[in-house]
Amino acid sequence: MSSVNPLKPSERMKIPRQEPHEQPALERMTNFLEVSFGFDDDRSLIEAKRCLECKTPYCIDGCPVGINIPGFIALVLQEDYIGAVNKIREANYLPAICGRVCPQESQCEELCVLGKKLTPVAIGKLERFVADYEMRRKLFQAPAITTHREEKVAIVGSGPAGLTCAAELARMGYQVTIFEALHAVGGVLRYGIPEFRLPKEILDIETERIKALGVQIYTNFVVGRTSTIDEFLDEWGFKAIFLATGAGTPNFLGIPGENLSGVYSANEFLTRVNLMGAYKFPENDTPVRIGKEAAVIGGGNTAMDAVRTARRLGAEKAYLIYRRSRHEMPAREEEVHHAEQEGIQFMMLTNPVSILGDEQGWVKGVQCQKMQLGEPDESGRRRPVAVPGSEFVVPIQTLIEAIGQRPNPIIQATTPGLQTGKRGTVVTSDSQATSRPGIFAGGDLSRGGATVILAMRDGKQAAAAINAYLNGQSASASQAAS
Amino acid sequence: MFKIVEKDDLSSTISRFRIEAPFIARKRKAGNFIMVRLHEGGERIPLTIADSNPSEGTITIIVQAVGKTTKELCTMKAGSFVLDVVGPLGNPTPIENYGTVICVGGGVGTAELYPIAKALKDAGNIVHTIIGARSRDLVILENEMREVSTALYVTTDDGSYARKGFVTDQLKDVLDAPHLIKAVYAIGPLPMMKAVANLTHPYGVHTLVSLNTIMVDGTGMCGGCRVTVNGQMRFACVDGPEFDGHKVDFDELMMRNRTYVDLERISDDQHQCRLATKAKELAS
Repeated sequence: MSSVNPLKPSERMKIPRQEPHEQPALERMTNFLEVSFGFDDDRSLIEAKRCLECKTPYCIDGCPVGINIPGFIALVLQEDYIGAVNKIREANYLPAICGRVCPQESQCEELCVLGKKLTPVAIGKLERFVADYEMRRKLFQAPAITTHREEKVAIVGSGPAGLTCAAELARMGYQVTIFEALHAVGGVLRYGIPEFRLPKEILDIETERIKALGVQIYTNFVVGRTSTIDEFLDEWGFKAIFLATGAGTPNFLGIPGENLSGVYSANEFLTRVNLMGAYKFPENDTPVRIGKEAAVIGGGNTAMDAVRTARRLGAEKAYLIYRRSRHEMPAREEEVHHAEQEGIQFMMLTNPVSILGDEQGWVKGVQCQKMQLGEPDESGRRRPVAVPGSEFVVPIQTLIEAIGQRPNPIIQATTPGLQTGKRGTVVTSDSQATSRPGIFAGGDLSRGGATVILAMRDGKQAAAAINAYLNGQSASASQAAS
Repeated sequence: MFKIVEKDDLSSTISRFRIEAPFIARKRKAGNFIMVRLHEGGERIPLTIADSNPSEGTITIIVQAVGKTTKELCTMKAGSFVLDVVGPLGNPTPIENYGTVICVGGGVGTAELYPIAKALKDAGNIVHTIIGARSRDLVILENEMREVSTALYVTTDDGSYARKGFVTDQLKDVLDAPHLIKAVYAIGPLPMMKAVANLTHPYGVHTLVSLNTIMVDGTGMCGGCRVTVNGQMRFACVDGPEFDGHKVDFDELMMRNRTYVDLERISDDQHQCRLATKAKELAS
């Protein structure tokens, strides 16, 4: 392939990595508007020129859904932005979302050859740019569906895994219906990820694009309660089912004082703000309560989202309490950086031991102890060990626990024969098949808690497996008929 | 969108709605609840399903106008639509033929108790039902309850109707009478359920209470509904809503339920204020 890039590799390497404009930290602390404005045309062109067009593009290996990264970047260089976004869409139907929330630094960009000595190509920002370009100019056209399949497939859950699986199957020609328990589509993209990282308008547009493929969506439908999996198979006529109900049940620390008023799970706190719009109370009906001093327990992306949300809701002091050190925090580097800019106070190597309340049952402080890192544990991270006599109290009026989620048990409890594993996950094969024929699962429901893009990978893989399964079914049916 | 097909007022503040929700009507069992959101920007509130008609595809809810959303709902008329209804949620009430049972309903809790009393009667139990309210106006479903009960007792706090006093006064009399009471079902305000549980405890009678808690999603996601039962953290929405009344930490739950009282008042006041402005506009 002849290069469309006029620059020699040595010249490309001299271009510094482009950074998008961002809302200044002081300003954004008082609003829920998106932090990053993304690239403009000029910056994306400059950034695209940095791609070395490697013969062996390692970046693709780093992408869980296998986007042809050099391919789309070459189209950006030719200013064929629509061609570029369609190139991405071949592998990933939700580019505007992934361009915003994927941990590129530990995936595609981590393997970018430029990153070995310099800084990697800003692949995520380019992905977002072409997706936004298409949205802004309203140039989206639903891909043509060339085959028609009679088989009906049910998708349970409208998060990243469910939406991706639906898009894939619809493009193969299947009759796809998504069932969502909440009143709005998107799963964790809706209730979990804040507006300032993923505007809900983007999610709404991506959802419309799924519908444009002929996918039907039922909201307000709790599978297992409103109807069961077996009813789907026996009465509704679904030939295959993909379970993608995520990990929606919050874990709690199990320390004294957790039921005091002012103590939230991150799930509740974020659901109030993101899904229910509590940041606009009393214009919206759902309230949320935030003290002048608030603390979030945890070190993942959810913790980061919660503490930055608390800050925006008016917490003058917003602490992030984590029992290991900064180095072990699972949160994306960009989020940690943004949180620091916004004045979040990081209390590392700090372990909460009890929550203190007043006579009326309101939280007034959290008792912590200092930790030090000991020997590595089974996760390979150094185990935090308490420092004797180091207890101290942090005065707070709000405490948010962001220490992980596990799958919601409703489907497992109402579907006989569905094999479950540790912490309530649904056990699947490598091709997302569960212990029951025709039923597939993926995303956090089978992983227990991972990223948006891994959920999408599972959704894609499940679609391929469902296709193979249904092809096998129709082959054996026609064999039986002949 | 879910259509209100019928509405009637049971008292000045309590209304009964029949709502089109065919999937829910088919599945609903006594003890199940729904989450309701009236409109965009509205909050999600849990409401117990009082009855259902699977062939018509409707469910019945009985609502007392106490907060912003319930007040708003109670102004809605037949033919109008509720934006979101989801269910049936929560575990159904365990119904068995125990022999003799007592059902205790306080205030609008009587509406939630009705399907349970009916199911217990249908299962062959002798059902003693006690319903209580602050005053005569708030006594609801008396006739319906009489139909599904072997004996019905009514109390009012102010004595404006039937026996003056609390449901617990009547309950004590029934417990002291020579019946072999196997179980007590109590639904009403938390202080009432606590009082019932405290009363039945020394009698050693199994007592189920149905907890009304803070809730956002109603499907086990938020944990806002957590309560301490037998020293363990449980979620009212998926582990309940009914629990062994002798094991519930009522005091903690009553404190938790006060979390948003002041904010709810702001929300309600603003709503009333907007209504007043609208009324003024219409009048001028």
